Amino acid sequence: MIELDRLTRTFQLGDEEVHALEDVTETIRAGEHVAIMGPSGSGKSTLLHLIGCLDRPTSGSYRFEGRETADLGEGELDALRQRRFGFVFQAFHLVGRLTARQNVELPLVFAGIESGRRRQRSQEVLEAVGLAHRARHRPSELSGGERQRIAIARALALAPSVLLADEPTGNLDRRSGDTVLDLLGTLHAGGLTVLVVTHDPRVAHRAERVLMMEDGRIARRIPREGLAEALAHWGIEEPR
Amino acid sequence: MTALDVLGFSGGALLGHRLRSALSLTGVTIGIAAVVVLTALGEGARRYVVEQFAAIGSDFVAVLPGKVETRGAIPGLGGTTHDLTLEDVAALRREIAGARHVEPVVMGTETIAAGERRRQVLVAGVTADFVHVRNVSVRRGRFLPRLGLDRGAPVAVLGASVAEELFPGVDPIGQVVRIGGRRCRVVGVLTARGQQLGMNMDEVALIPVATGMQLFNRSSLFRILISARPGVPLESLRDRAHEVLIARHREDDVTLLTEDSVVSSLSAILGVLTLALAAIATISLGVAGIGIMNVMLVSVSERTAEIGLLKAVGASRREILACFLAEAAMLSSAGGLAGLLIGWLGVRVLVGVFPALPASPPAWAVASALVLSVAVGSVFGYLPARRATRLDPVEALSGR
Repeated sequence: MIELDRLTRTFQLGDEEVHALEDVTETIRAGEHVAIMGPSGSGKSTLLHLIGCLDRPTSGSYRFEGRETADLGEGELDALRQRRFGFVFQAFHLVGRLTARQNVELPLVFAGIESGRRRQRSQEVLEAVGLAHRARHRPSELSGGERQRIAIARALALAPSVLLADEPTGNLDRRSGDTVLDLLGTLHAGGLTVLVVTHDPRVAHRAERVLMMEDGRIARRIPREGLAEALAHWGIEEPR
Repeated sequence: MTALDVLGFSGGALLGHRLRSALSLTGVTIGIAAVVVLTALGEGARRYVVEQFAAIGSDFVAVLPGKVETRGAIPGLGGTTHDLTLEDVAALRREIAGARHVEPVVMGTETIAAGERRRQVLVAGVTADFVHVRNVSVRRGRFLPRLGLDRGAPVAVLGASVAEELFPGVDPIGQVVRIGGRRCRVVGVLTARGQQLGMNMDEVALIPVATGMQLFNRSSLFRILISARPGVPLESLRDRAHEVLIARHREDDVTLLTEDSVVSSLSAILGVLTLALAAIATISLGVAGIGIMNVMLVSVSERTAEIGLLKAVGASRREILACFLAEAAMLSSAGGLAGLLIGWLGVRVLVGVFPALPASPPAWAVASALVLSVAVGSVFGYLPARRATRLDPVEALSGR
């Protein structure tokens, strides 16, 4: 589904060229649950942004569902983000003046879904994240965990095939984080492809495999089998 | 995304910052209110003048002796000009089929006295049909009797103030006044009209034209007034009178004015004045536009993360542009509507203070004020909106 071939992304910082991503080659199949780990500045967020078409690679090839994304125009990339990807961020990025339901309906509004259908769909996804009873609340009236679940509901609104989560538990306490991870697990079990960028070993432990990044490259690919030992070897233990 | 969705989304964003939105649209409100009040003022002045002319009577041709135009020599000094005479009046009456009235006027200042009371007045020698040419009416008694052009009579019609001052508390009809030493019997008093374009009909004494010519010891006329039969255009009347007088005087030495042309040129001047006032008021709209631009730039930079999110959920540049433009346009058009309301109230106050001034904003000003207020938002909102569309979503989302 996602085929990366020698993907490179460089940024110009003053006179200096920074290689955020260098020669990344990787394939992610539909339905996988992959965690991307690594120290700060190792390029894991850049990788997620490139996969989600929020950013374009400097060189290399990224094929999504068999189509070369470099060949797509701006409108086609907009459509891809709209229909195929769902984004979840560490900072939630809910719009404060809108209610939970209006936040969830935002992608539906921009997709031109008429309001009756919008309401029906937002109800479905709010129920899926267990927050239908909080639909009328604004983000400031919700707990962190609830906000992230609303953000996930928003990501699910247009039934994407890939969920891209950047540190989804980064701003949450352990209990809220677990609720969010349970939710991601359920969604994955339902067939959604899930890519999570994280520092949190608990998140990695729930993934089927882990990509360890270092200096813009994939340093280790840790398969599902032996995930626990490898994480332990890397000093990433599942907390009790 | 439908237009309604855009309005809903942008309206919500504005309501999220009520005070800020209200303050930024105040500029537009003031600008539009200024356009409305100032154009109402200009238009009021124009209509005031036009109505004043209409009150005097604007459907006649006035013939003046001499040529009012710049020539090689100073007019009136270069060459001889023929006086306007009663013979000219008779000729015009004879030869212009389209004329309803051809009436001579002779004018001078004389002392008028009744008993011990005396004062200076403007004395006009006119004919019985003068009432039909100028819009004057008799309040008491009757107007001057119908006489031959060269026949005088010792009678006078007094302006309202003159009558009041000479005969306080006494019925002036039938009383005798001395005008320049001549005894005249008062036969009528005019209806009070007040000042009309520098000529106060309340402050005159009217006597028969032949009496006036004797009194002033003059054989020439001050004016000849010609009114048209129904359906005869003033222009053709004027041209025909001109031909007749050129033929009689054997040269072109008269000036013919239609009050229409005077009114229309004054009206045009005041129309330009109104336009100039509108232009001045429009400057304040430019200032208001910069205020809106400022607030929209603040809004864009505050909502960077939101814009990044919109990108992430697949909003196109065009949709983001539309949302922010709509926000600016809604701000300024709300300001415009408030400005129309305040302007309207201002005009009401103006009319309350100056009841004589028929002030009301012209329709074109109201329409263009509305169009302008939307345009101000769209023009000055464009730069901030474009800035929003050009944000890099990755940077926007990371809050950098």
